[in-house]
Amino acid sequence: MTATTVTAGDDRVATRSRAALFLSRPEVGALIGAIAIAVLFLAVAPAFRSVDNVGTILYGSSTIGIMAVGVSLLMIGGEFDLSAGVGVTTSGLTAALTAWDLGLNVWTGVIIALVVSLAIGAFNGWLLHVTGLPSFLVTLGTFFVLQGVNLAVTRIVTGGVSSADMTDMAGWGSAQKVFAAQVTIGAVKLNITVLFWVLLTAIGGFLLLRTTVGNWILASGGDAAAARAVGVPVTATKIGLFMGVGFCAWVTGMHMLFNFNNVQSGAGVGNEFIYIIAAVIGGCLLTGGYGSVVGASVGALIFGMTQLGITYAGWNPDWFKTFLGAMLLGATLVNMYVKKKADAR
Amino acid sequence: MTITEQRAEHAPAAEALLQLDDVGKRYGNVHALRGVNINVRAGEVTCVLGDNGAGKSTLIKIVAGLHDYSDGSLKLNGIVRRFGSPRAAQAAGIATVYQDLALAPLMSVWRNFFLGNEVRRGPVLDIVKMKKVCGEELTKMGIVIPDLDRPVGSLSGGQRQCIAIARAIYFGARVIILDEPTAALGVKQSGVVLKYIVAARDAGLGVIFITHNPHHAYLVGNHFVVLKLGRVVLDAHRDELTLDRLAAEMAGGQELEELSHELQGVDASRVVEPAAQDGHPHVAAPVIDERERAELQHEE
Repeated sequence: MTATTVTAGDDRVATRSRAALFLSRPEVGALIGAIAIAVLFLAVAPAFRSVDNVGTILYGSSTIGIMAVGVSLLMIGGEFDLSAGVGVTTSGLTAALTAWDLGLNVWTGVIIALVVSLAIGAFNGWLLHVTGLPSFLVTLGTFFVLQGVNLAVTRIVTGGVSSADMTDMAGWGSAQKVFAAQVTIGAVKLNITVLFWVLLTAIGGFLLLRTTVGNWILASGGDAAAARAVGVPVTATKIGLFMGVGFCAWVTGMHMLFNFNNVQSGAGVGNEFIYIIAAVIGGCLLTGGYGSVVGASVGALIFGMTQLGITYAGWNPDWFKTFLGAMLLGATLVNMYVKKKADAR
Repeated sequence: MTITEQRAEHAPAAEALLQLDDVGKRYGNVHALRGVNINVRAGEVTCVLGDNGAGKSTLIKIVAGLHDYSDGSLKLNGIVRRFGSPRAAQAAGIATVYQDLALAPLMSVWRNFFLGNEVRRGPVLDIVKMKKVCGEELTKMGIVIPDLDRPVGSLSGGQRQCIAIARAIYFGARVIILDEPTAALGVKQSGVVLKYIVAARDAGLGVIFITHNPHHAYLVGNHFVVLKLGRVVLDAHRDELTLDRLAAEMAGGQELEELSHELQGVDASRVVEPAAQDGHPHVAAPVIDERERAELQHEE
């Protein structure tokens, strides 16, 4: 890195080279990690090399990645959402149970689920604002409340632990085409969730880096008091971010419902941490104010590759979570190291 | 912004931009501020001095729109105003550069500069224009930061202070409040910041310089107000004041005289031989007469 120019004003601040600028981006660590994981499994798992499995790997990544978009934006805005995992289940159940119990068109249930998911997000944000408690506590509360509601309401409505079969109800076919369609491109079978994932990543990345709202998100997470002092609507921004997570939970929940034909009322517990892991691997700081939506999606890709790679390599899948934990630590350290190196140049 | 060259040595002819008449603030039964009168004129630096707890922060919060005042009136251009929020105060042309600068450390220089006032083309941020304006404005104030994508947190305290000041000036402030801008800075950097205070004055702004350092205040100030326990104890123009007098007022003025009277006979110049190494030092109780004892008990 020799491309340093001395300026007249302050010769202590030199311009940084392009390479250093690139390396200082938050998603670089995740990219390096993704390449390393891909190389590892390409080497040890023959099935990983098969083109047929690309669709499967991308599908696994997309169900995490859609949520990772919302969760990473929220984390950049300085907050957590521990209710995101069960929120997906709540959304799926809301659509299934309202449509089935009231005999509505499936699409009506889908719309009600959207409203409920956005309302849960807004409620989280509002509660955070009113109580002044950390979001970790507030959403831990909603996490348990929703977990209980999922189980209890499903029991009341259907008498069981999953939503009833509604494949013969009006609107099912068209809704399934929207939320769980399969497209075959050459040898690759792609689920529509991959499209949703890519689309949401593009929108989220654009929102963060190229719009006013993105500036507000970065500032709200970086220094809320400072943001408020220059007139940024911090509370509204944060409520909006929680609602964004709600929207992503709705997309994922609808896919779960229409892909598997029913929703298990106990599902989703523990997934909130997987979304957070994806965001952190992708370069989001736990303290907020810094991170990348694209990085979080790469984090989700790492998750999908590892999950299937272990199976393809013939390793015992029991080790998956251990692998994930080690990777989280590794990725975070790499992120820190790369950032430090790049800033020092 | 037109600059009216006004070499007015304490000429009251200059209309006050911001006028505080008998302003007071109560928090419950605590009078944080009582009967404060301050006039801030365009193109003048008004220094507000005071020790910790003198009411400086309360005064800033009232002018910046964070708190309402309980008594008196605040006039901007002769019209009585009450600001409901910092945003309302900003819209009226009052910019505040807080001690913590209101800059997000991990955000780039240009993003911070335009935070809350982003330039857009349609729904999209006009990044090229923002970087250009930001670079020009900073250069105008003599700050050269070649890499505007650098996070603000990696810059020096003085540079950050100047970015905050440049931002306030660019976004059309007419009154700028600087809260202890030199408190955490070294000599060189303080000098740079004081130059920007003068630059803001020369641009025709009314500058309120809050500080507890009388030396810094006297270097740039036109008018001095000293606060103590929520009251104005000194309100004087530069001509009526020497640095020594100002420093004395700050240090406690009359209180200091009383204190030195109390400590008569202490013999500050005396140096005592260290005690023998084996023996424990013996501290004798100070001699306190009846009156002092009564006062101590009264205070308890």
